[in-house]
Amino acid sequence: MTTTLAASQLVDFAYIFAIALFILSLKWLSSPATARHGVLAGEIGAAVAVVTTFFNPELVEFKWIFVGLLAGVIIGIPLGLVPITAVPQRTAMSHAFGALAASLIGISEFYVRTPHITKFGMIEIAMEVIIGSLSVTGSLIAAGKLQEILPQRPIVYKGQNIVSLTVLGTAVILALVLMFRPDLTVLFPIMVVVSLFFGFLLVMPIGGADMPTVISLLNSYVGLSAALLGFVLSSRVLVVAGALDGSSGFILSVIMCKAMNRSFTNVLFGAFGQLQVSAEAGKEERTVRSASPEEAAQIIGSSNSVIVVPGYGMAVAQAQHKVREMFDILTKKGIDVKFAIHPVAGRMPGHMNVLLAEADIPYDKLIDMETANSEMPQTDVALIIGANDVTNPAAKTDQGSPIYGMPIIEVDKARTAMVIKRSLNPGFAGIDNPLYYMDKTLMLFGDAKKFVSDIVHELSGGGGH
Amino acid sequence: MPADFTISLYVFVLAGFLGFEVIKRVSPLLHTPLMSLTNALDAIVVIAAIIICGRRESNLSTILGAIAVAAAFSNMIGGFLITDRMLRMFKLSGRKKQ
Repeated sequence: MTTTLAASQLVDFAYIFAIALFILSLKWLSSPATARHGVLAGEIGAAVAVVTTFFNPELVEFKWIFVGLLAGVIIGIPLGLVPITAVPQRTAMSHAFGALAASLIGISEFYVRTPHITKFGMIEIAMEVIIGSLSVTGSLIAAGKLQEILPQRPIVYKGQNIVSLTVLGTAVILALVLMFRPDLTVLFPIMVVVSLFFGFLLVMPIGGADMPTVISLLNSYVGLSAALLGFVLSSRVLVVAGALDGSSGFILSVIMCKAMNRSFTNVLFGAFGQLQVSAEAGKEERTVRSASPEEAAQIIGSSNSVIVVPGYGMAVAQAQHKVREMFDILTKKGIDVKFAIHPVAGRMPGHMNVLLAEADIPYDKLIDMETANSEMPQTDVALIIGANDVTNPAAKTDQGSPIYGMPIIEVDKARTAMVIKRSLNPGFAGIDNPLYYMDKTLMLFGDAKKFVSDIVHELSGGGGH
Repeated sequence: MPADFTISLYVFVLAGFLGFEVIKRVSPLLHTPLMSLTNALDAIVVIAAIIICGRRESNLSTILGAIAVAAAFSNMIGGFLITDRMLRMFKLSGRKKQ
């Protein structure tokens, strides 16, 4: 008797210790200088918690636990070693796994407790399983879109929101019925399936450009489902870990929404890029100025300051390593080169920072939107690589533009703006960009990687003159 | 309301506010590693999966528990691994790679 008590107390203390380390772990992430200590703290906390769980007196059989852990190692290691370019889809996959684990535990708990389940316990389990299940399918769809297995365009149809909300409503009604009639166990798997279907409906219509918000939102759902699981199991360690994960996802969602000047509901229920297609039809021909790599290299090489504005296109073209070569040459020439990162550039929060860091660009050269905008008027060249909407001046001037009000990197304030782009086709969201037709703008038509590499070639004096 | 729920709710609210204050201070440079780190921390649900799997309630709970252990543990391993890999890449000017 006394030994079991001691064992369960030991487990509790270990969990409290783990939680303290988790909080420190996130605190140390505040700066790149201490961030790796944060990972170590998290690892120690997690290891302590997992190991002491084996002292839980409730455990009677270990075989399947070890099978599960082994499978986790086999799946987890490759997922930890994916190329940095695949990080957005990997993150979506890990949201799906996290939600899957939480849902399965909730489902199992339902079958263990029924029919002697309290109304309150039932509603906790139902909420946990609904949020967990919709996050599983939602995250899988997001991963599919990021991996480009699924179309990245928003997929919309008439009455979509009504259909989606009806499906969610059905899951909630099933949960309420189960609360009063937990003996109708057959309704539970139906509720799970309906929730899975809702997750599919929720993310399917959302376009690639909105992925940073969606992936953050799914992150907060996964955290919420873990916290709710903590409520179900009266496990405070899960409540805390879930609350931390949930608040992180929530903060990131808010940052992403603000950076697009949109609301959650607008991201989730108002697919982008559908409305203005007709408005754009019948625009008169406008002239653009374009330049060759030689001309571009000459202007960049004779400037004093360059701000590079990267976007998803840079990631797609895998141009970041060529960009680093350019950065090295220009820095050697004494030209000040910085990188302006818009919060929603790329496919997930912080995407561009990680890509550029991987290409060995020092992080003190990565500046945020506010800093970039204050430096832009004194900048000779703004070089836009694969970014579109985040530099679109229509966001400030054209009230009819769908992105009106969205904060942008004001590349039109630099002395010269250069845009590397494949063609004049409007970007992902299908929104016209008046930047391309400005007098100070030079269009550099071509593949981002090829073009930057040609500029590097010219700059390093390999032009063959 | 059950007492257990009230305690959990206290913990949830406090942890939520604490998380908000701490995570607010995370540099935007590190938002991608932040997401992979919180994924790894969230994978602590593995401890609940271990208990569900190992307490032998029914075959169903053992199977679901084992799958949950695998899903959560792969997140834990993979999440810490990739977070550390990403963070190793962040360097200041002048400090060249090895």
